[in-house]
Amino acid sequence: MLQTLTLADLLGKLKRKEISHKELYADLAQSYQQNDKLNIFLTFNPQAETESAELSDKALLGIPLAIKDNFCTTDIRTTASSTVLDAFVPQYDSTVTRKLKEAGAVIQGKTNMDAWAHGSSTETSQYGRTLNPRNPEHLPGGSSGGSAAAVAADMAIAAIGSETAGSIRQPSAWCGTVGLKPTYGRVSRYGVVSMASSTDSPGPITKTVEDSALLLNYIAGHDPYDGTSSQTPVDDYTKALGQSIKGMKIGVIYMDIPGLAEVKHLFEPQLKVFEELGAHVEYVQAMDPNHAIGVYTVVQRSEVSSNLARYDGVRYGNDRSFFGDEAKRRIMLGTYTLSKGYADKYYVLAQKVRTLFLEDFAKLFKTYDLLVSLTSPGFAKKIGASESSAMFGELEDMLVEPSSITGLPGLNVPCYHDPKTNLYLGMNIMAPMWHESRMISAGDAFEKHTNWNPWRAQ
Amino acid sequence: MSTEYQLVCGMEVHAELKTASKMFCGCKNDPFHAEKPNTHTCPVCLGMPGGLPVANRTAIEWTIKLGLALNCKINLFSHFDRKNYFYPDLPKGYQISQYDQPFCYDGVLETDAGAVRIRRIHLEEDTAKLLHKTVDGKKVSLVDFNRSSVPLIEIVTEPDIISPEHAKAYGKTLRQIMRFLDIADCDMEQGGMRLEANVSIRPVGQTELPNYKVELKNINSFRFLEKAVAYEMERQACELNEGKTPIQETRGWNDNKGETFSQRVKEDAEDYRYFPDPDLPPLRFTAEQIEQWRAELPELPAALKQRWQEMYGIDTKYADVLSEEKEGASWADQLFAAAQKAQLNPNAVANAVVNKKVTAAVGDSVQQVLAAFTALHQTANVDEAELQHTIDAVIAENGDAAAQYKAGKVQILGFFMGQVQRKLGKKLDAQLVKTALEKSLS
Repeated sequence: MLQTLTLADLLGKLKRKEISHKELYADLAQSYQQNDKLNIFLTFNPQAETESAELSDKALLGIPLAIKDNFCTTDIRTTASSTVLDAFVPQYDSTVTRKLKEAGAVIQGKTNMDAWAHGSSTETSQYGRTLNPRNPEHLPGGSSGGSAAAVAADMAIAAIGSETAGSIRQPSAWCGTVGLKPTYGRVSRYGVVSMASSTDSPGPITKTVEDSALLLNYIAGHDPYDGTSSQTPVDDYTKALGQSIKGMKIGVIYMDIPGLAEVKHLFEPQLKVFEELGAHVEYVQAMDPNHAIGVYTVVQRSEVSSNLARYDGVRYGNDRSFFGDEAKRRIMLGTYTLSKGYADKYYVLAQKVRTLFLEDFAKLFKTYDLLVSLTSPGFAKKIGASESSAMFGELEDMLVEPSSITGLPGLNVPCYHDPKTNLYLGMNIMAPMWHESRMISAGDAFEKHTNWNPWRAQ
Repeated sequence: MSTEYQLVCGMEVHAELKTASKMFCGCKNDPFHAEKPNTHTCPVCLGMPGGLPVANRTAIEWTIKLGLALNCKINLFSHFDRKNYFYPDLPKGYQISQYDQPFCYDGVLETDAGAVRIRRIHLEEDTAKLLHKTVDGKKVSLVDFNRSSVPLIEIVTEPDIISPEHAKAYGKTLRQIMRFLDIADCDMEQGGMRLEANVSIRPVGQTELPNYKVELKNINSFRFLEKAVAYEMERQACELNEGKTPIQETRGWNDNKGETFSQRVKEDAEDYRYFPDPDLPPLRFTAEQIEQWRAELPELPAALKQRWQEMYGIDTKYADVLSEEKEGASWADQLFAAAQKAQLNPNAVANAVVNKKVTAAVGDSVQQVLAAFTALHQTANVDEAELQHTIDAVIAENGDAAAQYKAGKVQILGFFMGQVQRKLGKKLDAQLVKTALEKSLS
């Protein structure tokens, strides 16, 4: 059962030599049996255990991590869940995986995702959908659905995902895990298969807030290989753990969105937890997130149409006919929104509205230390739900899209559990840019003060 | 009656910058000297998944310095854009270039054949190189990525070029400036500098631009450029005289046949779907930064020639030759300074060097060159009265020749100069003898 340990606990036990890598991998191997059913990992690293044994003197002591399959990993196949890259074995590491390896982590395998990260369900994966380990009749969310499911299924101690608009937080909400989307530019994008370059943000998906803070410490920071990565100094995020949030002003947003009715009454009582912890909680009006769907759709499709141009059939073996329907839809829409005569109407206009969102958040953060909303408008949807709606992801991710297009950091923490379905609701805690520590403090306090986190509750 | 036409021509020149590393990655920028294809490559310039560009600061600085040298205005806010199109030599499916905010705009370059306004200078990345070969009996296209993402500047002019000679003068002057700035080798044979001329003609007196233009491309020497533009003027005049409008197309130059030939007909303007590259943050410069770069500019050919004229009295025709190459110019500069110090006439030295009266190569010790020059012009002092006496005697002895000179056969002066020197038994300053002779003979 060692695979059910949190990252912090596992590190402690390994350090104190209470357990061995061998025992850990034996337990993990047991858990891997679920993969046939849940389809979480696309590729396992057969060398993981051997590699772990050699790293016990490093900070991360050879702990295995599940990595979303859009991170390039040396000698381990990287597909971004598209058969276009079916045979692609990178000869280089993404900055995130390189840093983690240097800190002593091992890649246990690569997790399923929506193809090219296009989607919020894993149903656009060309290697089949992942099932939600909490309830296999339901979806895990996406696009980092495999990473969230790996953690939820205890097939991984912790995982790495990436978010363009919701892709870390939404699957974390649906799978009942913690997901941290850092400020845009906080974690390097180098070596991550580009989706929408102006919003892509790699981040951890973990069992606890503490584990997210721990991993963020290793992956955050300026990278000379990424021109958009920031030189802003990096905090020690673990120092934000166990901190009082007394006196903090928390604004609650997006409570009047139609479609929230089903879950609003379950979410509202959770806000009282912050008051019990000494924070001031207020409902406040933010710019309508519906507008973010339009902005995000146009900007993201435009960037996607250009970012996917390199898969032109000259290399990687498989040509453009291997693109799935969702990728084709996005390429076509993005090509259209960038075309002469339409770019002003769509792309340029979208960028202007994006600025309005930036201004709106700047105004809100003058009054509030943090903003809080639901992460997803409901519980995990049933399998097949995405197939009838081309805009499925955008509607699912509406509540996180405004913070994504403005580069804000956000943290999903489980905030409700339905015992009948075994499904979770997630709370989205947003901070001003570069203030991950603040949301970690609030998320950690919430997690420790409630019983919603399944690993804390144990 | 045939119509008289005038040339309407603008140029687009591409030049690879000679920075140590490539434009957007750390790979070595040396495509022409690589031992093997695809050795100076990485995930970024190969366009691999997850590869991200990081802009080369030096390339940006050099582009702006070229703009300053060409009297351009500099955009204090600028950014890179993606130019989207498919081609096997373009691994990302887009070229990182600049669209609406180039680093430099609105400049002017003075040439011997007239001024040319510069519309813009922008910085972009070069493409890979395609090689079409036969391997094992099969025709294949190979791609060499050593050139992929090499920094490339594009200098675009207004349609100010009025003659084939003007086009050539523009190209040569531009290359000279880039070499003086030491930012580009401009090797035309290997494609380090590429010339494109947009050529059309209109009846003399017409002021609006013609409704067509022909793009001359892939021309790898200034001489070919001059010939191709001249040929195009003729060809287009024939078409216009027949009542036709020349078609919008790209043409190349065949030097064996001495004519241009059609390469590609452009039907529609291509839509490159430009948009700001989200991988590269916008760039902001301060006026102080620009002024600092301006202050760092080396002395450019025009200023150098003017200084030579003012300080040393160097004739333009010698100055042009001696300032052509940066190294030669700085050598000549030392030579003139040394000549002046040695109380020799720098212009006479320039004359001697240009006309190869002394054997001198760039890099030779200037003192040696001056010694050779002095030997060449070893002159003795002569008493003015003695000189005049000798001249009078020589004229008296050669009455016929003197008469011929007076009748206009001025080249006979050389004969007199020889006679005077022989009679005196000394080598004199030729100029001195010449002046005195001319005075006596007139």
